[in-house]
Amino acid sequence: MRQAIIIGAGPAGLTAARHLAAAGLRDVLVLERNPEAGGLPRFAAHPGWGMLDFHRLWSGPRYARELVRAAAAAEIRTGHSVTALAPGGGVEVNSAAGTETLHARAVLLAAGIREMPRSARLLSGTRPWGVLSTGAFQEMVHAGGMRPFLRPVILGTELVAFSALLTARQAGIRPVAMLEAGRRITARRPGDWVARHLLGVPVRTATRLLAVEGQGRVEAVLVERDGRRERIACDGVILSGRFVPEAALARAGHLTMDPGTGGPAIDNHWRCSDPAFFAAGNVLRPVEHSGAAAAEGAAAARAMLRALEGRLPPPSAALPVVAAGGLRYVYPQRVVPGDGMVRLLARAAAAGRGWLRLSAGGVVLWQRAIHALPERRITLPLDTGLLRGAAGVTVELA
Amino acid sequence: MTRAQTGPDPAFDILIIGAGVVGCAAFRAFAMAGLRAALVERGADLLSGASKANSALLHTGFDAVPGSLEARLMRQGHAAYRALHARLGLPLLETGAIVVAWTEADLAALPGIVARAHANGVADVRLLSAPEVRQREPHLAPDLLGGVLVPGEAVIDPWSAPLAYARQGLAHGGTLLRETRVTAGRQAEDGSWQLETSAGPLRARVVVNCAGNQGDIVEAIARPSPFEIRPRKGQFVVLDKTAFALARSIILPVPNERTKGVVISRTAFGNLLVGPTAEEQQDREAATVEEAALVELLRQGRRMIPALAEEPVTATYAGLRPATQFKDYQIEALPARRWITVGGIRSTGLTGSLGIAAYLLELYGAHFAPLPPPPEPIWTPVPNLTETLPRPWQQPGRDEIICHCEMVTRAEITAALAPPLPAGDLGGLKRRTRCMMGRCQGFYCTRRVLEIAAPHLPGLVAPLDGGAG
Ligand SMILES: Cc1cc2nc3c(=O)[nH]c(=O)nc-3n(C[C@H](O)[C@H](O)[C@H](O)COP(=O)(O)OP(=O)(O)OC[C@H]3O[C@@H](n4cnc5c(N)ncnc54)[C@H](O)[C@@H]3O)c2cc1C
Ligand SMILES: Cc1cc2nc3c(=O)[nH]c(=O)nc-3n(C[C@H](O)[C@H](O)[C@H](O)COP(=O)(O)OP(=O)(O)OC[C@H]3O[C@@H](n4cnc5c(N)ncnc54)[C@H](O)[C@@H]3O)c2cc1C
Repeated sequence: MRQAIIIGAGPAGLTAARHLAAAGLRDVLVLERNPEAGGLPRFAAHPGWGMLDFHRLWSGPRYARELVRAAAAAEIRTGHSVTALAPGGGVEVNSAAGTETLHARAVLLAAGIREMPRSARLLSGTRPWGVLSTGAFQEMVHAGGMRPFLRPVILGTELVAFSALLTARQAGIRPVAMLEAGRRITARRPGDWVARHLLGVPVRTATRLLAVEGQGRVEAVLVERDGRRERIACDGVILSGRFVPEAALARAGHLTMDPGTGGPAIDNHWRCSDPAFFAAGNVLRPVEHSGAAAAEGAAAARAMLRALEGRLPPPSAALPVVAAGGLRYVYPQRVVPGDGMVRLLARAAAAGRGWLRLSAGGVVLWQRAIHALPERRITLPLDTGLLRGAAGVTVELA
Repeated sequence: MTRAQTGPDPAFDILIIGAGVVGCAAFRAFAMAGLRAALVERGADLLSGASKANSALLHTGFDAVPGSLEARLMRQGHAAYRALHARLGLPLLETGAIVVAWTEADLAALPGIVARAHANGVADVRLLSAPEVRQREPHLAPDLLGGVLVPGEAVIDPWSAPLAYARQGLAHGGTLLRETRVTAGRQAEDGSWQLETSAGPLRARVVVNCAGNQGDIVEAIARPSPFEIRPRKGQFVVLDKTAFALARSIILPVPNERTKGVVISRTAFGNLLVGPTAEEQQDREAATVEEAALVELLRQGRRMIPALAEEPVTATYAGLRPATQFKDYQIEALPARRWITVGGIRSTGLTGSLGIAAYLLELYGAHFAPLPPPPEPIWTPVPNLTETLPRPWQQPGRDEIICHCEMVTRAEITAALAPPLPAGDLGGLKRRTRCMMGRCQGFYCTRRVLEIAAPHLPGLVAPLDGGAG
């Protein structure tokens, strides 16, 4: 039985590995299914990575390399796919050597995130070649040196969509339009400015993508604005802005999931419903930037160390935290009373002003007026000292 | 290959138009019977029509019209698949089916369903009480009223079966021509056919029309078509692998006049399928998915299995049934025209194909020429794609995994792009390997798949420093 196994060598997993190894754990094992460690940043050539954790402005690939270097004291096995979890810290892993089940006292799930494909969006139309997620597109350009289309439309206007725009520009691809179903551009300035002025790409708000057209490859998209339909000729569609935690391992296994986040439910010590498993990074909820994922990896590592030393409170003591009103989710989904200050993270389902309220047993513990945006995360302080005797915590946006 | 003057006769004994599942099965049968057979397909790969998108069910024919050709050939096709699937490496997921009654009217219809099944010779079909259904299918909504058990209904791999048939036909000396659209033809004085195609002329002594949704158009080469194709679309939603456990049997609706009803079934790839719709349309080519229909399928699925509400969607797709104004298969030999019509194989062709193929041999022997004694069969198993048999990633020494969702190795992708029947387009590669077909739909693997495939499948991507694609 090992001390610690980490599933996924992205920013969260590698940062956790670095902290566990630095604390003196000798047998930290990181399992990564890809041929190289580093996670999603490996394929994002634009700068802006490493700011929070390394205080540098690196490209994604550089950031990935530095994360791997910093975790060198841990053992990283690439080409190792985790195929199932078993109660009590069992990890079924498949590699060229075959399939075996490893065990650890503490297992960290750090499997990251992916974008929601057109199928799960229930997008209408034909299903030709040329509909790509932003991540796949960027990887094709930056790592594959491939140009999949010349005149795509981009669906969505949050930051990732603008990074797709930059990638397109580098590759000599001229998007014909950016489409946004909402009335406003999601990414605050300078996103729209960049699109309009630097790249000359029209941003169409309040425009819904109705259908993809084309047989072998995309030929057009049908859009609607204010009840008027229009066909935009294009040869590709870049989908952006909707994310799904890569949490299938947890869902297929025995861990309790949160339908709100799409990830495993955790307590304030990053513990899943089976306390041998911890989770951190984007596997917990739809996307946060890499610095946040890495910080969670570090925090989870500290919790794992305390668990290995037997210093964590029993998980049975935790109370449920539920999201209500206009909130899509809140996590951690359980908190242990009397554990000091805990930071809760939440997201609003839609843009709007309202009262953000934290209550337990009908008593309001904390509240604040907010202007919520679905793309912006909301943090709330919870004094768990106030929870003695309570049955649960409700976080509400009313 | 160039043929010298003294070489073999350039005419094929038999030429089959259309490499859907029916054409592939016919090609196999004629080639294995020792004939010089050609299979001609307009698409870049097999399964460019109806056969690429169906429910993948091996039907018993329990609900067919008794006495119809369809009923007979489905029964034969079903038996033939059971007899040969293992030798071709093809799966058989023995799920059985339950026709579930949700209303009093449904319940009242059940005895008639059993009686029809018995009339069709499917003797093991029987009524189930509501508790019996619940015991077999604990995830069904508890307000079900009863059911009919159809033990023989099964799930197969809709892509590998026709691929295996075509490959066995090739192994027996058959010729497969892709990207070859038959556009016209005329009979020579000896009755043989001179066909015009997009890839040049072809000659054949007998032609078989297996053109699916183009069936009436192709038929017009030989005669005014006695049937008219009326494409009927079916849309589907594929749910995540975690949903697989929620239904063991195929859950069938009680057919009635007003609603079409939706089927829930496992797939051989470990997912759960909800669908299809049934929508008449004019367009013979485009099978679009539509959000409203998909939402409705999900709603109906959740009505039957409430736990489906938690399950993410993996894929959506649609297929076009080559329906006609007639219910039954339209199969006919025209001796004077040296032509065999195989039309309107609407919604049971995956099951019926091997039965249809055997029937075509009979027709050929009766109307055109006596069949020579068949050579020893050559068995050419296809790679396994399904969860019912071991897969390459599970073997020690496996190659690196390219598609993580479906656990597809590099070696499988490379093999699918190599002879004897390399994938002709990206769809063909997906159908041969399952790559890019899992829950991420290519988010993680598109680049790596294309690094392997792009040299073989031009037109998908252009090199960055090169010209336009
Ligand atoms: C298109 C896109 C653009 C982005 N741009 C930016 C940006 O500009 N700046 C920024 O800060 N953030 C950006 N992000 C977010 C950033 O990528 C994530 O915050 C960060 O990668 C999350 O780290 P992680 O460790 O949680 O997950 P990941 O980086 O996703 O790493 C997870 C790792 O786990 C592995 N894994 C998964 N399942 C298994 C398994 N079963 N067995 C073995 N290994 C497994 C994966 O292969 C992967 O290597 C972007 C995200 C996307 C999708
Ligand atoms: C929604 C749906 C669900 C179904 N479910 C099931 C099921 O569960 N079980 C079952 O048994 N059956 C099922 N079916 C039915 C089955 O899929 C069809 O019966 C079968 O695919 C018909 O095959 P085919 O070979 O006749 O036609 P196709 O597959 O359409 O093949 C015809 C081929 O001919 C080619 N072609 C056309 N014109 C020319 C030309 N001029 N020159 C050259 N080539 C040409 C086309 O490109 C095409 O590849 C379903 C069908 C649908 C649509």
